[in-house]
Amino acid sequence: MEKGKGLARRWAVEFAENSYSSSPVDVPDPMGFSRSSSDPDDANASRQKKEAEAAWKAQKAWEVAQAPVKNLLMMGFMMWMAGSTVHLFSIGITFSALWQPISALQGVGKVKTFKVLQHSGMTMFLLAVFEPYKDPRVDTLAPKLLFIALNLAGLVLGIWKLNTLGLLPTHASDWVSSLPPASEVEYAGGGLPVH
Amino acid sequence: MSSSHLRPRTAMAIRARLGFVIVLSLFFSATLSTALYEDQVGLADWHHKYIGKVKHAVFHTQKTGRKRVVVSTEENVVASLDLRTGFIFWRNVLGKNDHIDQVDIALGKYVVTLSSGGSILRAWNLPDGQMIWESTLPVSTPSKSSLYVLANMNVGKDNLILVFGGSSIHALSSMDGQIVWRKELSIDSLEIQQIFQPHDSDIINVVGFVGSSEFVVYQISYRTGEVMQQSKASFESGFCGEASLVFDNLVVALDASKSSLVSISFKNEVINFHQINLSDLVPDFSGKVTLLPLKFNGMLAIEIASSILLLRVKGANELEFVEKISHPFAVSDALPLSKVQQAFAILQHDESKIHFKVKSDNDLRNEILKETIQMDSQRGNIEKVFINNYIRTDRTHGFRFLVVMEDHSLLLIQQGEIVWSREDGLASIVDSTTSELPVEKEGVSVAEVEHNLFEWLKGHLLKLKGTLMLASPDEVAAIQAIRLKSSEKNKMTRDHNGFRKLIIVLTRAGKVLALHTGDGRVVWSVLLPALRRSETCGNPFALRVYQWQVPHHHAMHENPSVLVVGRCGHGFDAPGIFSIVDSYTGKVQNSFILEHSVSHIMPLPLTDSTEQRLHLIIDAKLQAHLYPKNSDSLKHFFNEMPNIYWYSVEVEKNKIKGYSLESKAELDTAEEYVFQAKELWSIIFPSESEKIAVTATRKMNEIVHTQAKVVADQDVMYKYISKNILFVATVSPKAAGEIGSATPEEALLYAYLIDTVSGRILHRVCHQGAQGPVHAVVSENWVVYHYFNLRAHRYEMSVIEIYDQSRADNKDVWKLVLGKHNLTAPVSLYSRPDVMVKSQSYFFTHSVKSMAVTATAKGITSKQLLVGTIGDQVLALDKRFLDPRRSVNPTQSEKEEGIIPLTDSLPIVPQSYITHSLQVEDLRSMVTIPAKLESTTLVFSYGVDLFFTRIAPSRTYDSLTEDFSYALLLITIVVLVAAIFVTWALSEKKELKEKWR
Repeated sequence: MEKGKGLARRWAVEFAENSYSSSPVDVPDPMGFSRSSSDPDDANASRQKKEAEAAWKAQKAWEVAQAPVKNLLMMGFMMWMAGSTVHLFSIGITFSALWQPISALQGVGKVKTFKVLQHSGMTMFLLAVFEPYKDPRVDTLAPKLLFIALNLAGLVLGIWKLNTLGLLPTHASDWVSSLPPASEVEYAGGGLPVH
Repeated sequence: MSSSHLRPRTAMAIRARLGFVIVLSLFFSATLSTALYEDQVGLADWHHKYIGKVKHAVFHTQKTGRKRVVVSTEENVVASLDLRTGFIFWRNVLGKNDHIDQVDIALGKYVVTLSSGGSILRAWNLPDGQMIWESTLPVSTPSKSSLYVLANMNVGKDNLILVFGGSSIHALSSMDGQIVWRKELSIDSLEIQQIFQPHDSDIINVVGFVGSSEFVVYQISYRTGEVMQQSKASFESGFCGEASLVFDNLVVALDASKSSLVSISFKNEVINFHQINLSDLVPDFSGKVTLLPLKFNGMLAIEIASSILLLRVKGANELEFVEKISHPFAVSDALPLSKVQQAFAILQHDESKIHFKVKSDNDLRNEILKETIQMDSQRGNIEKVFINNYIRTDRTHGFRFLVVMEDHSLLLIQQGEIVWSREDGLASIVDSTTSELPVEKEGVSVAEVEHNLFEWLKGHLLKLKGTLMLASPDEVAAIQAIRLKSSEKNKMTRDHNGFRKLIIVLTRAGKVLALHTGDGRVVWSVLLPALRRSETCGNPFALRVYQWQVPHHHAMHENPSVLVVGRCGHGFDAPGIFSIVDSYTGKVQNSFILEHSVSHIMPLPLTDSTEQRLHLIIDAKLQAHLYPKNSDSLKHFFNEMPNIYWYSVEVEKNKIKGYSLESKAELDTAEEYVFQAKELWSIIFPSESEKIAVTATRKMNEIVHTQAKVVADQDVMYKYISKNILFVATVSPKAAGEIGSATPEEALLYAYLIDTVSGRILHRVCHQGAQGPVHAVVSENWVVYHYFNLRAHRYEMSVIEIYDQSRADNKDVWKLVLGKHNLTAPVSLYSRPDVMVKSQSYFFTHSVKSMAVTATAKGITSKQLLVGTIGDQVLALDKRFLDPRRSVNPTQSEKEEGIIPLTDSLPIVPQSYITHSLQVEDLRSMVTIPAKLESTTLVFSYGVDLFFTRIAPSRTYDSLTEDFSYALLLITIVVLVAAIFVTWALSEKKELKEKWR
């Protein structure tokens, strides 16, 4: 597909004149036309539009943040189904339960991480999922925190499952088994006389 | 079934390695079976049959068709051998105490054996060895008994077999073994010497001695056993009891002083004595003589010092000196060539040559046959010879000789050539050890690579067919042959899995042999000169073999060696013999007679700087002698001396004593290596209620992987792992005999666990109504022992597991994570740790000959008990069945852990016999050797037969099975790669088409 795309797009003509709003700098405006002092009605409408957009973005951000809940429930159900004995199915479920939150938290963020870092030193480090909803007027911190919390909950659930399967070294037995037996100071031989 | 075989310990080990789990769970899905398939027999195991040192041999007469020889041996085996190849046609192994006195052929179709001191007579079918009849003779006092099969005498088509011993004669029908008549010659202390039948008469003559001076002759009716005639006479200087029948009316006996011969002639109730001075015959005669049993008319053979004299008897008082043969030699019995002619053979050893001479009674000066053959010096001297004749095409007599050598091997020699030989010394192995093979050198490939690609492909195609069940029976046979032929397992180099080793065995004859584990062939053998009869050491015998030097780091270029310990004579104070033998070549590196006796041998857990293991020999005077005698070993020993203890179990005195070692007060340079024993403790069992029945200890080289036992709910129990643990079982003296000799109330069995350093009794338990024979095996922290329960009339097995309570508090995870514990700190047994014991008993169907336990390289794999059953088979029994934590209704977590619900008896699964359909006749011992592959144990069991196999108690979880089809894997990969390319090309094409649309 990549190849085909490259071949098809040798050149392109953009016919749509939408340089209206984002005016090119080199063409000067006509006399008496002030771009900044536009119609108040117009400005109002655009502000409203922007607010609506912001509200929509905020709403979407919350939706994204809450998405793991479904996942969590689903996972919980699957784990319950899988039982607590070690076999192929339960191990698969547990590993996917561990993998999903990790990939959600980190994996997707990879591509644009640096951008996020540029924008805000604080909210930073991850969550490219929230990139589309970034807006100066929208506070994405709360959904982000929720998202992180829920995914962490998922991770905890996974680890808890791992533990119930007995695959975490949380017992004394797990640490003692690898210890060699203590050596003895004394040595005694002998027995029955050889005959 | 699938998850239950994963032992808790193994599970724990895996817990940390998550990756493993998936792989393992894949393995579990496969069906479980430890048994072999029919076509796997002989791939990893081998079974060799032996018969032991031949005592008697009877050749088939010409009439009986196939050329066979019937032999009886010191291992109580009666066997029929093929005279052409030496293979065993059939073989019957009698019981351990059922010694064969004599063997003969009756009626031309039965082999008759007399055994157990003349009390059991059996007839075996000559062609196939089936038992025809058995007859028990009422013998009051077991005495030297003989068999006399009357030839060519028909009493209603039935021949009588006469058995005589002491003062009684039994006549049995050879058809069915019924006693026809029985005669007790009612004279006290009568010793019947000989029975013979004058030609064509109904009378048998019986000659014997009464006391030491009286000679008697009876004439007894053949049909009824009636005494027809009786005569006796006494000779004032007495007889020593040896006599030889020379003619029908002449016996030559030795007098009481063993220095002169007495010829006794008897005819019609008149007995005459003639004393013949040997010095008249032999000019330089002195010392004592013995009569050789040479059943030869008119001939007498006497042994003087180191040579034999052949004498010809001309008349009652006339002897003629014929020939003097010097040691070493062997003389055969007489062989009738025709009605009037007899022949016998004299074999004489001359360094590496053996001279064969056959003489007939017509002409004693000259030989009928004279041959010389070259003999392997590792076979030692000739011990016995049996002679047989055949008629050559030119109507002359040819002879074949069946020769028994000093190393108990059996050879057939004909026309100056060794036709076949059997290494029958291997039927009497005394002890064994193992040695690694040399490492394969770079560039020197011992392996023969597959001949060519075509052959290789053909082989794999066959195997593939086999796996896909498409092979015809012929092809299956071909697959089997390929598998057996694969030289991989028989190479003389170390392999990656550690399956190839040398088993070094010491036989009773004093021969050391190295057997290859691949096919059991003898790699080298050496008859130890130190263990041969000599001037300095009259009656040597082999005791033990130990690993002497196992080069690891410091002495890599040296070959490993073994130490053979023997003793001169049978008393405990007889001096010991040391012999050090190279494990790769069989060369004797060093050999000497010790100045002291050997009553205990202790290999120490110390080596000197050349990797020679330090051995402490305790003599009968309780002095310890250190070997090897060099200053380096002394230095190592002094470092450890305060921690070295030893103990002695004195069965007769019902005592166990513990000692420490101390240097001798007056330090003499010669006695630098001698140490004094200081008694520390003793345990005395009350002799009126207890008698030591058996002791068992852990194997010194056993490796334990972990000290923790993880029980249900992740709890930890700490095993009491001590190498210095001794299991002792005592029985009440009344119940020390055979089963059934005591009532359940009288029978008591005590089991003790004793710490051999401090003498502390860790545990003691009493089994009421139980009695021996007791067999026990100790491993890790448990003991399993087998005994008879008189109340239940069944055999029982008990297990005792012992745990260390003083470590039980180490349960804080964080402390363990941070290493703040003392679990790996060295332990002194004087700290007297608290112990906790768990035990359980189960019924077991079989009686047991010996017990052993599997051993693996790192001790991770779960254990199996090896039980040598009364049927001479080896049964592998999972230790999980002998787990004191078994209960009738295990909880869920216990089930997960692999605990089997409790049953009253131990199950015997027919598939778990590791000897499958074979029997290791007269099974004496089983030796387990860890392979390098953790899952696998090599098992070598020996008795009269040898059997070797390898077993995997938890299955081979760490390697692919031998029959894994690599070809199938390869083909699958190739097909998959091809498929990937094809589909890729197809998809390209399709995409292109789409674009053009």
